[in-house]
Amino acid sequence: MPAAETYPDDLRYHPEHDWARVEGDEAILGVTWFAQDSLGELVHYEAPATGSTVAKDESYGEVESVKAVSDIVAPLSGEVLAVNEKVVAAPETVNDDPYGEGWLIRIRMSDAGELDSLLDAEAYRAVVAES
Amino acid sequence: MEATLLRTPLYARHVELGARMVPFAGYEMPVQYEGVIPEHKAVRADAGAFDVSHMGEIHVDGPTAQAFLQSVLSNDVDKLSDGDAQYTLLTNETGGIIDDLIAYRLGHGQFYLVVNASNRAAVYAWLKEREPRGCEVRDASDEYGLVAVQGPRALERLGLRDAPAFTHAMGELDAIEVMVARTGYTGEQGVELCCAEDDAVALWDAILERGVTPCGLGARDTLRLEVCYPLHGNDITSETDAISAGLGWACALDTDFPGVEVLRRVKEQGPIRKLVPFVMEERAVPRQGMPIDGGGEVTSGTHSPMLDVGIGMGYVAREFAQSDSELVIDVRGKPRRARVVKKPIYRKEQ
Repeated sequence: MPAAETYPDDLRYHPEHDWARVEGDEAILGVTWFAQDSLGELVHYEAPATGSTVAKDESYGEVESVKAVSDIVAPLSGEVLAVNEKVVAAPETVNDDPYGEGWLIRIRMSDAGELDSLLDAEAYRAVVAES
Repeated sequence: MEATLLRTPLYARHVELGARMVPFAGYEMPVQYEGVIPEHKAVRADAGAFDVSHMGEIHVDGPTAQAFLQSVLSNDVDKLSDGDAQYTLLTNETGGIIDDLIAYRLGHGQFYLVVNASNRAAVYAWLKEREPRGCEVRDASDEYGLVAVQGPRALERLGLRDAPAFTHAMGELDAIEVMVARTGYTGEQGVELCCAEDDAVALWDAILERGVTPCGLGARDTLRLEVCYPLHGNDITSETDAISAGLGWACALDTDFPGVEVLRRVKEQGPIRKLVPFVMEERAVPRQGMPIDGGGEVTSGTHSPMLDVGIGMGYVAREFAQSDSELVIDVRGKPRRARVVKKPIYRKEQ
């Protein structure tokens, strides 16, 4: 079942429709409900390699639906500690649970100061309203 | 741009059903309602309805209509009896494909062509320019609504008797007069129903009331690609010839039509490049325009909802065209392996 539209208050957001859940000096990254809804059911997740680095505002992978491919933009910089292999095997997990089981990567943040530039849920909802 | 987009008679119905509307061939069309994958599976398992009212309908009538069509279309029009339909090509002088279409023989000297929306103007202009005395070519696209109902339960749900593929007859659905054609582009059994434009909404409603799933252009594309039906503009164009595209079966090379000498020569010498279906051997979704190692190119690609792998068609040099040949596709800079397969990519019995 596709998830209902939500933008949890405990997450930080990037205007390119990505979210970050900060846990100490680590962060879990994923794409928002809006992103998965725009794409439709996902059929492929091109994930980065564990141990590689991702840079804020730059693409670290791709998600694809039947119709389209989309870059996944990193909301924060850091080293990739883990890739969600469940999503690699079953990309539709992102549609079912974009903020839970459908997370994409876990990183060790290299610059906690970047957090200040991310949006809170309210500001991100305003971005979605204009999209 | 948006202000100039045309709408089919069913536009309001699509919006009410929550469809995602996109521009396509100058029309604002539904790409999906619930989702491409569930719609695709509904057609393979049961029945789906597609608004194809954007397609062009051209009447060719008169005592010389048959001889005229025989001289411009690739297939053998003389083989058609009243009530028959035929897949055929409109070709240019170099053997390129202006459009692929279905020709219906309605009666003696009465023909009706259903052409791709994006080529409607070009086809009409090509025919009109060459229209001989004793024959009238008329673009009637705006007079009709056209709905394809496809799937193993399509006929049963509509209460229609089975009929041979590529035939048509007049009929009724809830007292709406329709031309019922046993044609389609999904690889499933089904019909295409043509009605007066004013009846299109009532026809659509009558179809959905019978439990048929509304389907968008997204599923139409994945369905046709799974069974290797070419899409004009992707797999076949005015630059590609029918023999290289594997459409020799739709060309009566013993008849005369534009470019026939070119096609005879390609057939005799063997195509340099061939359009082949392939299945990805690694996780990746091929897309139109991706290079294939050895000078080839993907012309259509998607993720197969039935097989759950990337699939596509593309032109490759003939040495790579045998089934089981390994291809390497450049997926945004990453080499990904694929394998040439026999048509169709998806077969029901498997």
